[in-house]
Amino acid sequence: MSRLAGRFAALRGAGRTALVPFITAGDPHRGATVPMMHALVAGGADVIELGVPFSDPMADGPVIQRASERALLHHTSLRDVLDMVRDFRRTDGQTPVVLMGYLNPIEVAGYGPFAEAAAAAGVDGVLTVDLPPDEGHELLQTLRGAGVDTIYLVAPTSGPERIARICAAASGFVYYVSLKGVTGAANLDLGPVAEKVAQIRGATALPVGVGFGIKDAETAAAVARFADAVIVGSAVVSRVEALADRPDEIPPALGELMSAMRRAMDAAGAEGGR
Amino acid sequence: MATDNPTSYADFPDARGHFGPYGGVFVAETLMAPLDELRAAYERYRADPEFLAELRADLKDYVGRPSPIYHAARLSGQLGGAQIYLKREDLNHTGAHKVNNTIGQALLARRMGKTRIIAETGAGQHGVASATVAARLGLECVVYMGEVDVARQEANVYRMRLLGAEVVPVRSGSKTLKDALNEAMRDWVTNVDDTFYIIGTVAGPHPYPMMVRDFQAVIGREAREQMLGRLGRLPDALVACVGGGSNAIGLFHPFLGDTDVAIYGVEAAGDGLQTGRHAAPLSAGRPGVLHGNRTYLMEDDDGQIIETHSVSAGLDYPGVGPEHAWLKDIGRARYVSVTDGEALAAFHLLTRTEGIIPALESSHAVAYAAKLAPQMRPDQSILINLSGRGDKDMHTVAAHEGLRL
Repeated sequence: MSRLAGRFAALRGAGRTALVPFITAGDPHRGATVPMMHALVAGGADVIELGVPFSDPMADGPVIQRASERALLHHTSLRDVLDMVRDFRRTDGQTPVVLMGYLNPIEVAGYGPFAEAAAAAGVDGVLTVDLPPDEGHELLQTLRGAGVDTIYLVAPTSGPERIARICAAASGFVYYVSLKGVTGAANLDLGPVAEKVAQIRGATALPVGVGFGIKDAETAAAVARFADAVIVGSAVVSRVEALADRPDEIPPALGELMSAMRRAMDAAGAEGGR
Repeated sequence: MATDNPTSYADFPDARGHFGPYGGVFVAETLMAPLDELRAAYERYRADPEFLAELRADLKDYVGRPSPIYHAARLSGQLGGAQIYLKREDLNHTGAHKVNNTIGQALLARRMGKTRIIAETGAGQHGVASATVAARLGLECVVYMGEVDVARQEANVYRMRLLGAEVVPVRSGSKTLKDALNEAMRDWVTNVDDTFYIIGTVAGPHPYPMMVRDFQAVIGREAREQMLGRLGRLPDALVACVGGGSNAIGLFHPFLGDTDVAIYGVEAAGDGLQTGRHAAPLSAGRPGVLHGNRTYLMEDDDGQIIETHSVSAGLDYPGVGPEHAWLKDIGRARYVSVTDGEALAAFHLLTRTEGIIPALESSHAVAYAAKLAPQMRPDQSILINLSGRGDKDMHTVAAHEGLRL
């Protein structure tokens, strides 16, 4: 069983929802990332999404765009990101790590070499934002061959046919984009999100995560009632940004943010949401 | 390995938008459904007699088509070789070829019930052409433009605002055309229900490279007929500048099956290809994925897109339309480049010999034709796509002469 499948099975057994924070690798500097990952886990994160910086992050809002720019100021590359995962794995063999980014750095690295290097570094899944399953067959085969899960987005605009096609290509979990917009965009209307998640569940037995627009512990708790994973990106990255010139304070701040979200989500679970 | 079958070019792209290994649909999932909707609408209306009649009437009465072919006799004589002809897209309403496409897409937007259009722009020509058709059709219009371009194309920014468009300066990344495109995509993903994104070049996810080509191919269809009518034969060579490549594909496409016609696309070599400060992905880049399609890109060894340099804001783009990437690989078109200095010299040459002030983009095509003509016989001919007029470039050219207007 893959690390992701094992983690989700254990959480499901315990009746808990996964908390999945996102940070951009190399933000605010390269040495900061691994301590931040450990702090996120200590605060209650179940899976870590690690953003691979890209010069043209078309699907991201201003917060994650700026994180990419900070990371690229000192040329954080895909190879550097894999080094960080390898470093993280020296003391954490359990927490699944998912890379999230854009296709072009992987195109340049080459699908085969990238898949092998990612698996060797301890990467569990890859989510390539601008690679829908329609174009992604070759990369999917290569990653799966190396034992790496392929995670895909489902959007509010995805109809039943697309949902079926995406779920057929996905492994690890399915990522539902909770709003029409970029990462970190405005307020969520939870009713339609819950409906869509139910629709996705009809198409797959994989866990369904929800992200884009989860700003605080309260929203995280509300989403935890119907999702298998709550993915929090911009809210985490904006903490990093606020402390970019005091990097020592970032890990404890992220730990606190995770604890608050964890507490709220577990309380929601205890009320018998799901 | 150029193919001999003249009908084959019309078969591209395939149903999923591929030109050989290039093109395709590389976007976040949210945009897959609106792209499907656009594809279906375009498939329907591209064959709809009423739509085509309205498009034809607008191109005639509003744009001023057909644009003439002009024999640049004095320039030809001075260069001492092939006869040079200009396809006068500079005489179109709004001063460039861009409006051929914005008219088509705006008519489509209206039929699809979209009330708001968005566009990206570099030099401002596509932004002006979009704002123009939006004003005429009464649609809301938002134009994204890199902050650097806003500063160097003040006059076009003012024109867009006069036309009622909102111009949004883009402050992310390199603050130029590629970042404006990113921002327009972000707007579209947020407002997919009521918004139509008018992409200005033959790049982006399918169906844009095909659709924009089809709307621009009026240039080549007219030119082919005009040259046949005038000379009784086709030109020996076509020359057009290539940034994203919409004016070039518009001229080239109807000639692709005419294998005796040599085709040259001219990229911006900026300070020179060897300096790395240029905008010539076909000449000095490599394949990758950006802005929804696979094509040649300017990128570093980590796969990050690098900044481009050209005196011409309209060519200052790190990618190129996927059909050009394919035409390069199969050898049907040749892609060459000229430097800023050569383009500026050609700007002055055409202005002084023919009394036609070309856009800096089009000056790149003139510069290459000026190299090519002396190698050809006087009974041969070169057709240049004069894609735009140079009024917008007065400040840039003056600054290069050390003058301030």
